[in-house]
Amino acid sequence: MESRIGKFWLGAGYVFLYLPILTLIVFSFNDSKMVTLWGGFTFKWYGVIAHDTEVVDGFLLSLKVALMTASASVCLGMLAAFAMVRYKSFFGRTAFSAHINAPLVVPEVITGLSLLLFFVLCQRLFGMPERGVFTIWAGHTSVGMAYAAVVIQSRLLEMDKSLEEAAMDLGCRPFQVFYLVTFPMIAQALMSAWLLTFTISLDDVVATAFLSGPGSTTLPIVILSRARLGLNPTVNAIATITVAVVAVGVLAGSLWLNRQERKRAAEQAAAYREGTLALAS
Amino acid sequence: MANSPASAAAKVDDSRFVRIDRLTKRFDEVAAVDDVSLDIEKGEIFALLGSSGCGKSTLLRMLAGFETPSVGSIYLEGNDIAKMPPYERPINMMFQSYALFPHLTVWENIAFGLKRDNMPTDQIAERVETMLNIVKLKPYAKRKPHQLSGGQQQRVALARCLAKSPKLLLLDEPLGALDRKLREQTQFELHNIIKKVGVTCVLVTHDQEEAMTMADRIAVMSEGRFKQVGKPNEIYETPSCRFVADFIGNVNMFGGTLEVDQPDHCVIDTMHGKFYLDHGITGTQDMPVSVAVRPEKINLQRDPPADPQYNCLRGEIADSGYFGSFSLYRMNLASGMKLQIQITHTERHGELFQRGETVFATCAPDSLVALTT
Repeated sequence: MESRIGKFWLGAGYVFLYLPILTLIVFSFNDSKMVTLWGGFTFKWYGVIAHDTEVVDGFLLSLKVALMTASASVCLGMLAAFAMVRYKSFFGRTAFSAHINAPLVVPEVITGLSLLLFFVLCQRLFGMPERGVFTIWAGHTSVGMAYAAVVIQSRLLEMDKSLEEAAMDLGCRPFQVFYLVTFPMIAQALMSAWLLTFTISLDDVVATAFLSGPGSTTLPIVILSRARLGLNPTVNAIATITVAVVAVGVLAGSLWLNRQERKRAAEQAAAYREGTLALAS
Repeated sequence: MANSPASAAAKVDDSRFVRIDRLTKRFDEVAAVDDVSLDIEKGEIFALLGSSGCGKSTLLRMLAGFETPSVGSIYLEGNDIAKMPPYERPINMMFQSYALFPHLTVWENIAFGLKRDNMPTDQIAERVETMLNIVKLKPYAKRKPHQLSGGQQQRVALARCLAKSPKLLLLDEPLGALDRKLREQTQFELHNIIKKVGVTCVLVTHDQEEAMTMADRIAVMSEGRFKQVGKPNEIYETPSCRFVADFIGNVNMFGGTLEVDQPDHCVIDTMHGKFYLDHGITGTQDMPVSVAVRPEKINLQRDPPADPQYNCLRGEIADSGYFGSFSLYRMNLASGMKLQIQITHTERHGELFQRGETVFATCAPDSLVALTT
């Protein structure tokens, strides 16, 4: 009885989460201009968006900004994480820590607005920067860096400190310690931080809306402005492609991680058995 | 490697291999290591023994170069290395967690330090091969650390340290991460490898058995200072103070005052009885002195001894435990103190004492130690 209630709520939860997305996918194949009426199956909206320069340009711009944001965020986030983990006391550490975490809690509207005001002021004083790719990138990075710092910081904290000491003991100079030992150890965290900031940047609307200029419209902004003009099956098609790419990526990633984990556990168990056998003989 | 011009200038005329000279390390005004001096001979295995927080690890980390001394010097073959960074010291350390690089194979782990010295590839291969043979891990060369058992990981860590032929090998709780059964076996193996290679070794441990079986000499540490430095049997049989007597092994201690003090004997009066010792202690009459005796140096008998005036305690067996090769007894004395006694069973049908029996505990004058501090 209890388990049936549990299953009901689980099912309700799934329906709540995924039914809208499922509807969206189904209607992207709808052969009718009306979004709510089913008019037969078609691929034509996918053909339409392939020739829609606004969508294609928006997508390419989003991709460009996301790549730049993810790379910059990981670099800066890593530096911040190192400062926080390795140096337990320096002047202004508490303030620094608050600054790293602030973009996570400050509403994005505020971040976007304040950056806009800042850039406008800069432009008046120095004549640059023009609002466009650079300003979007700077805005995204200021938020993405915070996420990256948190992810990398937790990995650095759980890393055995004696690994770096051992490297130094065996003759590594400080820089060699980093690229021979620390970097391979935190590579996975750097990868997740990169993917996380990439997706955050890719679908950001709020900050982008403040920071984009004429001729620099990212895909989410395109989708939003079209949806405002009335629902359109091309939007459904774009969304379906996005969902498909993300789903495949996430699924493949977690399957791969899962397999690695199982393989590792099995190898560890085998080594332990072998050890006990060797002891018994 | 360590012979840069600067360190050559600091050379002192000194034949001792490792010399630690008045070394102090303070963390925020608290001295973790407090004015410690020590000489270590070439080829010696030296143990720093103490409970956690006694400063032994800080001392080891100063030898490795991970901590800089606040005051004092460390000489290795006459060169002051106290300010030299770890990567320039001809010293290698085996970490308690082993600190094997998880992304590298056993072979690559052992070769890691050699590659940093820019050794030619064929020589590296040869050296790694030699090390794998010494620690008997040749079939495991291609494995990653997580594919090895705890004992195997420890041997990889040892091989990685020894590969660079360090002048000084440091071991931080070398057996601490292994389970009980594996420890005993590994203890002797480790000792044999170190002796075979002939490297001078400093190890840190909180386990007295480990220190006793592994080391040629032991320093018992407490609160950043050496309480006693000596061979394992010296530390056990002639402890220099109450702390060492109590820290190493089990001991019965009686507080009393000095009654008679002659060059060849002394008598100490305690509330439990009088003790006659076969050595003098050059003290003053009536000064407070403790008498220490190990549980296995006490004999039990049912009949009163011929001369019950000295070294004889009457009491009742409170607890008894039979361990096969020996028995442990706890005996209530009239003074309220509990005495620990260990009787080795050298005969198959030797005497056993029962709980509640009244017995006499005796000990020989040469089995007692007088402690004034």
